[in-house]
Amino acid sequence: MVRVLVPSGALGLNYDKTALARGIAARPDIIAIDGGSTDSGPAYLGQGVSKYARASTKTEWRGLMEARAEADVPLVIGTAGTCGTDSTVDWMLEITEEIAAEMGTHPTIAVLRSSQDPAAMAEAFAAGRITPLSYAPEVDAAGIAACRNIVALAGAEQVAKALETGADIVICGRTTDAGIIAALPLVRGCAPGAAWHGGKIGECGALCASNPQSGVILVDVDEEGFTITPLADGAHATPRTVSAHMLYENNDPFILHEPGGHLDVTGAVYTALDDRQVRVTGSRWVPAERYTVKLEGARLAGYQTVLIALLRDPHYVAQARAWADEIEGLCTEKAAARLGLAPGEFTVELRLMGQDASFGPLERQASSAGEIGVLGIVTAGTQALAEEIGRILNPYLLHHPLTREEEQPTFAFPFSPAEINRGPVFEFCLNHVLHLDDPMDAFRLEVIAGG
Amino acid sequence: MDRLGTVAEKIRSKNAGPFCLTIDIFCGSAEAYARVVRGLATAQVAVALGTNGEALRRFDMPDLQVVKFSLPRPEVQGSIRDRDMHGASWAALLAELEI
Repeated sequence: MVRVLVPSGALGLNYDKTALARGIAARPDIIAIDGGSTDSGPAYLGQGVSKYARASTKTEWRGLMEARAEADVPLVIGTAGTCGTDSTVDWMLEITEEIAAEMGTHPTIAVLRSSQDPAAMAEAFAAGRITPLSYAPEVDAAGIAACRNIVALAGAEQVAKALETGADIVICGRTTDAGIIAALPLVRGCAPGAAWHGGKIGECGALCASNPQSGVILVDVDEEGFTITPLADGAHATPRTVSAHMLYENNDPFILHEPGGHLDVTGAVYTALDDRQVRVTGSRWVPAERYTVKLEGARLAGYQTVLIALLRDPHYVAQARAWADEIEGLCTEKAAARLGLAPGEFTVELRLMGQDASFGPLERQASSAGEIGVLGIVTAGTQALAEEIGRILNPYLLHHPLTREEEQPTFAFPFSPAEINRGPVFEFCLNHVLHLDDPMDAFRLEVIAGG
Repeated sequence: MDRLGTVAEKIRSKNAGPFCLTIDIFCGSAEAYARVVRGLATAQVAVALGTNGEALRRFDMPDLQVVKFSLPRPEVQGSIRDRDMHGASWAALLAELEI
């Protein structure tokens, strides 16, 4: 049996310290935590930066490094720094070395890098070694070469290689969420279906149990199945909470694609061991004919300037959509004329908060709001251009009348200047897999020996 | 006729990666599950979400008393026209459907 201690769904979300101490007392074989996801959007991958504060990351990571030292087992983080680029791996390594120095310890650190060279990926695409998954966006070799950052998602094989080095701490670039949990059980000969299913159920920490905010759980994997044990006071796993986690952020609740194959939980049986623990058997791992890893890529989509205005006059609140549509049209026309731009070179969009900002034309509820927030979004090829168009939009948001006859209205601006430059904006442009002869072909492993 | 949100115990929506959305309807009882399975047409859900019926996948899961829908994201997550980075609000469109 291999016991994996998962402190929380992500480093930066905090964990229950008492529950973590309980987990260490239960003598785990490894501590595994995820550090990222695409869920916060393309900007983190585009810029190669972490979403969470450095101070939060350091505080929580220090707690885990101390727990690791006490348990004397490996500590592994997957997708370090939200996006798992080499730059965020370096950031995590710097934080780790800083903490080790403060603790007066010298752990051996293995670093698994997942960043890919866009030019090399463009060549791989041209050579047919990159193929699309469902709903992949249209992309060509030039589009891939233009990516700011591309990462490949490592699975259990690459994490296992890093663990084989005997490192105390393993910092991984982009990895699948389940891969860091499944790796050691797979190496030690546990059932592959159980290792991967346990990995998927455990990836969000205690989200598969009651009291999901508490974070800490144990995933015990063996030759037959796995057992989930939440460790916080009052946290209970039930067959229902555990099986329901296969639904979470998963397109198909029975199938999970991973490097080298897929997990099929159609025949999984969930049994309550007591009022806290759940045992799962019958999960099946189906190896793929070809070994592939998923790619994520982000490229520049333009630069944005946003403006915020508030409508409080009931006459304007009632006719806000017509007012906004008119401004979008007038501003677009004026910006094109004064700046000599073609229609496709920029966009001006007004979203009405309190009315239709969530769904636009799909909204069916009539708004009963007494005020409406107007979010003006300008996107263009450079920041200077976006700001210039924002300045053309500004007087419309301040004074545009619904009719020519009325006295000129004025609307509320919360800020001066009204234009807020958002900088570069990015877009995800890959939902593809890279075909590999050897799982390590797209990844680089480095060991920094301790003392 | 009742709103789906009052019949089901909980409805949640979330990204399933940057290119898909998934919406889980937790019915909470066998009775509510039977009512949702019977009363909620896939075509009705497709119209509410602004997608076509072919792109919408439906999973009726009696053991969990869950009806799940997955679909390609109407706008890719974080693209210029996307309004909801985490796909958090889409559940509301289903909660407001009458069944």
